[in-house]
Amino acid sequence: MEAGTAPAGKITARTRSERRLGWLLCAPAVIAMLLVTAYPIGYAIVLSLQEVDLRFPEEGGWAGLSNYESVLTSGLWWQDLFNTLFITVISVAIELALGMIIALVMYRAIFGRGLVRTAVLIPYGIVTVVAAFSWFYAFSPDTGFVNNLPLIADDKAWFGERFSSFAVIIMAEVWKTTPFMALLLLAGLTTIDDGLYEAAKVDGASAWQRFWRITLPLMKPAILVALLFRTLDAFRIFDTIFIMTRGAQDTESVSILGFNQLISRLNLGLGSAVSVLIFICVLIIAFLFVRGLGVRMAEGRPGT
Amino acid sequence: MERGSREYALWSIGLLLVLLFALIPVLWIISLSLKTPATITEGTSFWDRFIPQDVTFDNYTTLFEGGLDDSPFIAPLINSILIALITTVIAIVLAAFAAYAIARLDFPGKALILAGALAIAMFPAISTVGPLFDMWRALGLYDTYPGLIIPYLTFSLPLAIYTLVAFFREIPWDLEYAAAVDGATPFQAFRKVIVPLAAPGVFTAAILVFIFAWNDFLFAISLTSSDASRTVPAALAFFTGESQFTQPTGNIAAAAVIVTVPIIIFVLFFQRRIVAGLTAGAVKG
Repeated sequence: MEAGTAPAGKITARTRSERRLGWLLCAPAVIAMLLVTAYPIGYAIVLSLQEVDLRFPEEGGWAGLSNYESVLTSGLWWQDLFNTLFITVISVAIELALGMIIALVMYRAIFGRGLVRTAVLIPYGIVTVVAAFSWFYAFSPDTGFVNNLPLIADDKAWFGERFSSFAVIIMAEVWKTTPFMALLLLAGLTTIDDGLYEAAKVDGASAWQRFWRITLPLMKPAILVALLFRTLDAFRIFDTIFIMTRGAQDTESVSILGFNQLISRLNLGLGSAVSVLIFICVLIIAFLFVRGLGVRMAEGRPGT
Repeated sequence: MERGSREYALWSIGLLLVLLFALIPVLWIISLSLKTPATITEGTSFWDRFIPQDVTFDNYTTLFEGGLDDSPFIAPLINSILIALITTVIAIVLAAFAAYAIARLDFPGKALILAGALAIAMFPAISTVGPLFDMWRALGLYDTYPGLIIPYLTFSLPLAIYTLVAFFREIPWDLEYAAAVDGATPFQAFRKVIVPLAAPGVFTAAILVFIFAWNDFLFAISLTSSDASRTVPAALAFFTGESQFTQPTGNIAAAAVIVTVPIIIFVLFFQRRIVAGLTAGAVKG
């Protein structure tokens, strides 16, 4: 607005009232967003520096960094961090490849584009816990159908071993979140000028060359933003693992570790140290994406 | 594209694969919910397993047996519906105010609010679970509706604000000027001109917030302890069989179908809007 560019000190009444209204309208949402993020994370840091175990309320007091020392010197934290990163990297990589294929299929649809769009929205709408149960019962040897498929041993105990459990967990995650990836990539695809493809075709570029030389470079910003959001979302994995294994067979994620310490064992001090460390991991991942890969955050938007 | 051509056939196969990929877990959980306890572990071939041999609706009826007091499902279902609805209404009101200001008004700090909302969308929920558990117990919010609604608001507002800002930016400016010329205050311009034009965007944002609240599991199992506020996803994790010898598989499947099918119908019905909402502003054209 022109009024907004008036020189400082000469703010008109109209500008002032507009600013006041702007802040007034945003205040409730801003307060609601800070209430359960900024304050609790501060409180988590305070808790993590104390000995707080709700099973032994009379004990306690200042603990310094000893909670962090306990977490960082335990094999469990590093194992769970490995598990979480393993699941995150593999599932996001598959989602990107599959999401790109589905996006291209939707973009170049000969017929049934609406049908595909409808189909991919189903996983998005389903409760994660429900999807986890469905896949769990499908792979479980006594109730499932997967072991009756060709090429799969009838008595394969998927949840009896670490990496076969990961395979099912990753599959469920990929199923649930690929649609969102595909929709974001499709939105990126539609912004590419068709004329570029026509020109490349005239110059004799193959479909493969057109994809690598035109589609991918032009979609890079959209892909990086989608990757950042999916990576951070996958890093929080909790529901699927909780339903399928509850962390058995060494399949625990860092979120499950935090939950076990905080809610199951009521050890708020130790659990808060895990929480703060998870928060730091998320900051590091976001920093690496923004600085290392040059993600332009302004192009992003919140997802699920 | 002619029927019978190679490209046509390939495309048909691709379409079929995508459909199967999306639908199999849904068809499977429906099939499980219709099986009798005796047949749930039977079958030696894929089709015997995938298609119920002995159809029953017992898994559904037993969910509702005993009324509100004894049924393991009725109370959580009511909680889920009310908590998701209340969250949606509050989130949309707060987000609509903020999005209107961001899309239409000029004030310092706008970029900061958008950046902050984006940061909150990336915030790991588990990091707030411990402090909230402790704070809610001290404040008497543990195992209550507000105890869940407050964190749901926080984490759904970024999504709602971004969706609404994208929609609001599409609304023609001129109409607001016209209202101002006719003597309307900024608030009247908002209420009488923008709200009717923004209704489709508001509706889309509402669907997305509802799905978010309906889906949550982590807060639901961490901040509730009884049927007073436990929602369906959390209740499913605590389902037990009727006796120690029976598995709750059939009941879990039936409950899962009940909370899934309405959402699927909803999503299919409003698919265009949801796609528009999910991708609005995702990429700057």
